[in-house]
Amino acid sequence: MTGFDFHGLTASFEGQRVIGPLSLHVNEGEHVALVGKSGAGKSTLISLLYDRLKQQAALIPQGLGLVNALPVFHNVFMGQLDQHPTWYNTLTLIRPFHDDRNAIRALLGELDIAEKQWIPAATLSGGQRQRVAIARALYRQAPVLLADEPISALDGPMAQRIMKLLTERFSTSIIALHDIDMALAYCDRIIGIQDGQVALDQPAKGLVASDIMSLY
Amino acid sequence: MLSYPTVRASFIFLAIALGGLMVADIAITTANPWQDLGRLFMGVVTPNFFSTEGLLTALLRTLAFAFVGVTLGSLCGFLLALVYRFLPVRMFCAFIRSIHELFWALIFLQFFGFHPLTGVLAIAIPYSGIFAKVYSEIFEEADPEPGRLLPPYTGAISAFLYAKIPDCWVQMRTYTAYRLECGLRSSAILGFVGLPTLGFYLESSFSQGLYSDAGAMLILFYILIATMPLWVRPKLLPLYIVAAPFFLGDGLPIVWGNVERFFTEDIVPAPIRNGESLGELSAWFGDVMVNEALPGIWNTVVLTQIALVATGILSLLAFPLISRHFGGPVRRTSGHVFLVIARSTPEYILAYILLQLWGPSMLPAVVALALHNGGIIGHLIGRQTNSIHLRPDAPTGFSRYSWELVPRVYRSFLAFLFYRWEIIMRETAILGILGIYTLGFYVDSAIQNIRFDRAMLLILITALLNIGIDALGRYIRRKLALQTMPTC
Repeated sequence: MTGFDFHGLTASFEGQRVIGPLSLHVNEGEHVALVGKSGAGKSTLISLLYDRLKQQAALIPQGLGLVNALPVFHNVFMGQLDQHPTWYNTLTLIRPFHDDRNAIRALLGELDIAEKQWIPAATLSGGQRQRVAIARALYRQAPVLLADEPISALDGPMAQRIMKLLTERFSTSIIALHDIDMALAYCDRIIGIQDGQVALDQPAKGLVASDIMSLY
Repeated sequence: MLSYPTVRASFIFLAIALGGLMVADIAITTANPWQDLGRLFMGVVTPNFFSTEGLLTALLRTLAFAFVGVTLGSLCGFLLALVYRFLPVRMFCAFIRSIHELFWALIFLQFFGFHPLTGVLAIAIPYSGIFAKVYSEIFEEADPEPGRLLPPYTGAISAFLYAKIPDCWVQMRTYTAYRLECGLRSSAILGFVGLPTLGFYLESSFSQGLYSDAGAMLILFYILIATMPLWVRPKLLPLYIVAAPFFLGDGLPIVWGNVERFFTEDIVPAPIRNGESLGELSAWFGDVMVNEALPGIWNTVVLTQIALVATGILSLLAFPLISRHFGGPVRRTSGHVFLVIARSTPEYILAYILLQLWGPSMLPAVVALALHNGGIIGHLIGRQTNSIHLRPDAPTGFSRYSWELVPRVYRSFLAFLFYRWEIIMRETAILGILGIYTLGFYVDSAIQNIRFDRAMLLILITALLNIGIDALGRYIRRKLALQTMPTC
């Protein structure tokens, strides 16, 4: 089965090794949850994987990386800036084209924020901002999703819907999650990170929440 | 207390300034300084807005030169900011902004004459250098994350338009608006070298003793600057920018032969022009250095150091005037009025007025520089204290000032002061044109004597001195870990 091979992943911060060296193989079609206590190195690992995968991956970082001064529409549209010539992007900044408006409104509708399309990202609540970043990642239509706590600011039912959407739309995903139940429900492989190393790597099927708690 | 590096640095600068006072030429030489001041005051109280139509024309020209100059400067500065990471670009920008608007005007006057281009370029060129530096700093501070998240192969222009510009837009707009205000001041003082702006009108009113006309001009200028938030509107700006070039006036036609002669003959050092030996050239150079450059540098540095410390003392005295931790609304309102007047009057105009009243010495220059710069820093620090929340039982009066507020704002006060060090020096040099023996005096005399080669060499030396002070100021700010924002 084809997939993605990562060798010799390492990262240091101020001389302190925070990740690795570790190697990872992720199969195509696999949905991987990264779990572990905060500070274990999950975010760093996601960032390292993004640097390796750039062409193929959409990223939802913890900081979201929204352009606060731009409306929601343009923040989402940024996911496909590479699909259009410069003049098209420039015109869109001033006056978006009809087809793009509809496509993005439909996408925002799935995330329950269609009415926010023309509101600057700066004025949204935390949960709404998170959904804008998710919409941007979906709009990018990349084969792989890399996400760092994408549902941390969302309430129960919405979080469920988003996890379902993300695992359906991306054929492969690697998602850092602190909610173990979510990880077990929507992912098919759990990787536990402890002190920058892989401490657990098993199919989600045979696992229960208490197996993972030992990491915390 | 001396163990604090900031306090030690302050005392060192204070000692240097006191030493400077010993050697500086500080005196009031006119017979009746206070009587003249009284007449000027009466002029401001009884302004005459209708003496000639010249006043309105001068106002219109001042606005037109400022708009065209600042627009050109911000466009060029923006383009330069895009390539600011390259060292030659940074050096070029540092060089063009280290030469004062009035020096640029003096240079262009020699070959463009009284053509609108002279005034426009005199503002646009140094402002390009300043805009390039500040815009590039704003770009650098922008959040890099959105750019990192863009799909690969996104075009550079698209990426810049989406991920950079929107994030920087507000800061760029604020800074450009602030620069427009500076541009109005620059444009006004261009009149002192003969361009048809407010400075020209002021100088002629003064020399004829028409104090009420001069008072009317000053009042109009303050109103113009104080009401800027009302009439500088995003929707109206395009209109102003399109209209401004048509209000620059005609001036005199450019004689292109003069332009060519200026560059190929006038500014070539005399010994080279006359085909003399290398020995003659070094004698020429030595003569300029010993008789003009060195005395000019000495006086410029002495005056700058005194003015810097005077600015600092005045800012520390002035900031309580607008701080909400002291006094009532009446005193704060009058404090605001005083600081607005102090900071919106260009140093050059202040120095010119004081020089008329007190006669030539370093005193008018020091007072003018301290009033203008102290007004700016006092305003910024006072505003900063308004965001400080004191505990309910905090001491009042002088103890509140010295124990609660000054220690809290002292670092940013020093940051602003060192930031303005280079600006004060640039102004000090230019005040020489008014007859104080700083570098500007020697530049102006060389031009009067039609020795452009000497003038250019002296301007070059002034620029290098400014670049040096700028670097020193940045070094001290870094050493003391002081942070500044560009809008100052």
